[in-house]
Amino acid sequence: MAQDSFSVKTNLPLTLPSRTVRIWRERVIAGVLFLAAISSVLTTLVIVYILFSETVIFFEKVMEVDRVSLWEALVEFFTGTDWSPLIEPLGIGILPLLAGTLTTCFVGLCVAVPLGTIAAIYLSEFAPAKVREILKPILEILAGVPTVVYGYFALLVITPVLQKIILGVQKFLLPGRNEWDYFQLPGFNMLGAGIAVGLMVLPYVCSLVEDALQAVPLELREGSYAMGATRIQTALNVLIPAAISGIAAAYILGFSRAVGETMIVAVAAGLQPKFTFNPFEAAATTTAFIVSVSLGDLPHGSFEYQSIFAAGIMLFFATLFMNVLGYFLSRRYREVY
Amino acid sequence: MVKPTEEAVVTQQEPLRKLAEVRDLNFYYGRTQALKNINMPIYEKKVTALIGPSGCGKTTLLRCFNRMHDLYPGNRYEGQILLGVDQPRNLLEMDPIEVRMQIGMVFQKPNPFPKSIYENIAYGLRVRGIKDRALLDEVVERSLRNAALWDEVKDRLKEPGTSLSGGQQQRLCIARALATDPEIILFDEPTSALDPIATVSIENLIVELKEQVTILIVTHNLQQAIRVSQFTAFMYLGELVEYNDTMSIFTKPVEQKTADYVSGRFG
Ligand SMILES: Nc1ncnc2c1ncn2[C@@H]1O[C@H](COP(=O)(O)OP(=O)(O)O)[C@@H](O)[C@H]1O
Ligand SMILES: [Mg+2]
Repeated sequence: MAQDSFSVKTNLPLTLPSRTVRIWRERVIAGVLFLAAISSVLTTLVIVYILFSETVIFFEKVMEVDRVSLWEALVEFFTGTDWSPLIEPLGIGILPLLAGTLTTCFVGLCVAVPLGTIAAIYLSEFAPAKVREILKPILEILAGVPTVVYGYFALLVITPVLQKIILGVQKFLLPGRNEWDYFQLPGFNMLGAGIAVGLMVLPYVCSLVEDALQAVPLELREGSYAMGATRIQTALNVLIPAAISGIAAAYILGFSRAVGETMIVAVAAGLQPKFTFNPFEAAATTTAFIVSVSLGDLPHGSFEYQSIFAAGIMLFFATLFMNVLGYFLSRRYREVY
Repeated sequence: MVKPTEEAVVTQQEPLRKLAEVRDLNFYYGRTQALKNINMPIYEKKVTALIGPSGCGKTTLLRCFNRMHDLYPGNRYEGQILLGVDQPRNLLEMDPIEVRMQIGMVFQKPNPFPKSIYENIAYGLRVRGIKDRALLDEVVERSLRNAALWDEVKDRLKEPGTSLSGGQQQRLCIARALATDPEIILFDEPTSALDPIATVSIENLIVELKEQVTILIVTHNLQQAIRVSQFTAFMYLGELVEYNDTMSIFTKPVEQKTADYVSGRFG
């Protein structure tokens, strides 16, 4: 037996390719990998270039149609409260779209930050290994649900429930009025959409906060337990302060995701730009405006076409800024230990 | 195993009081047994050193005293660790949190909490629900004085504990353990992450502290055991091979294994 296997080994054909072939093969592989890596960077650069050049054209058109200077156009863009680039006279104030975005994000964070943090503390510090093994994959699946599903969930489940609750509360507090005297939550509203955004961002925030808690060194955890602290005391007094910059990064990255979220708000928050911070109203967000306009047949070079780039660049800078901030915060917490 | 303990007791001038006693202790990490039938006394206001080669179970034994093993699933104790002079209680049957409130611990690597120097010391009182500012102030000052750190930090109590040097951080951790007035303080190789000068200051501190508290220290460094301890336990492969007063362990060990280890022939 031993003799056999030995002879099999020595009879193996020598399949090693020649040295030159090997070197060239490695070079080709390295080249292909490099192209794959560089393509994403190039794509990003091209996107930034297009955003910029189209936005420049947008302002040129504004200057031409409204006969204003670039400065006036910019001031109008950043301070105007009317966004109606599709109808003359042109409203080019970006504030209504930003207000819509901020309102839905704020509602979303009100859901995602507390729930995400509590869930992360539970998963990281309290959950038995078995529970963790079940819950973590579920969270990951939730993070993978297409957001349009959350949009319809907001429209068809969250909003009807909210309507009932809001009506019920009013009837309880001010009974005996006519049905139409009570405030009716519109079918499209930023509250329902914001809650759905929060549910969408929740697994993401939870997983990042959990990572930050897990990164706290064991010595600190044990140091606290050795002082006679309970699990909850340890989590609140030692782990959260130790992980604070990672947790802040989690919130910021969650916010950045909420800002960029499109389908939920397009489906459930309404498509009319309106300058309001009231979550009980319907209003378009920046992303919702972009999809709604691009859903129509947009002639290339038309003013409508240009306007989505002006809105898009705002979005680009907002998310870029927050991602960079989040990146540096999460880097910092790695360096502390 | 030999137990020349009674002899040791007789040779001491002052009377010795047994504060704690380990009886027939076995410990298991899941299925693997890490401690085998350990028996040893801990004398009040003395320093007891645990020595032995790496992996022999020194840390494991130390962490039985404050029930650290309860933090992780699958660990199991058998036997008793009795604490108390008059009415001994079995630590292994008490609530772990209650145990940890009576037994302080200083770790290998200084581990100040991400809080101010003041709050680091006050931590043990805070987790007991003490909020009285005057009391906290008093305890913080006394603990820092006892840990020989007060003069260095009295003007910067609000600064983070992590802003101190390594040796100062370790003294901060000692002060933190002292603040709750524990029966025993456990030290797990407290100087192995420190430079020689900081090491000397920690050793001197340990020698002074034994006037007020009982100390159990794991050390890798035999000279350190000689310098700071009055009693020494030599462990090997999860067993306690020999326990005696430190002088005897190092000058006239009974067991061959002990003799080999303290003369540097292995480990
Ligand atoms: N968490 C653990 N799980 C399983 N085995 C462990 C664990 N910690 C330590 N051990 C084992 O227990 C034995 C004693 O370890 P330890 O007490 O750390 O030794 P020492 O402190 O004397 O170097 C070693 O064989 C080690 O591998
Ligand atoms: Mg050890």
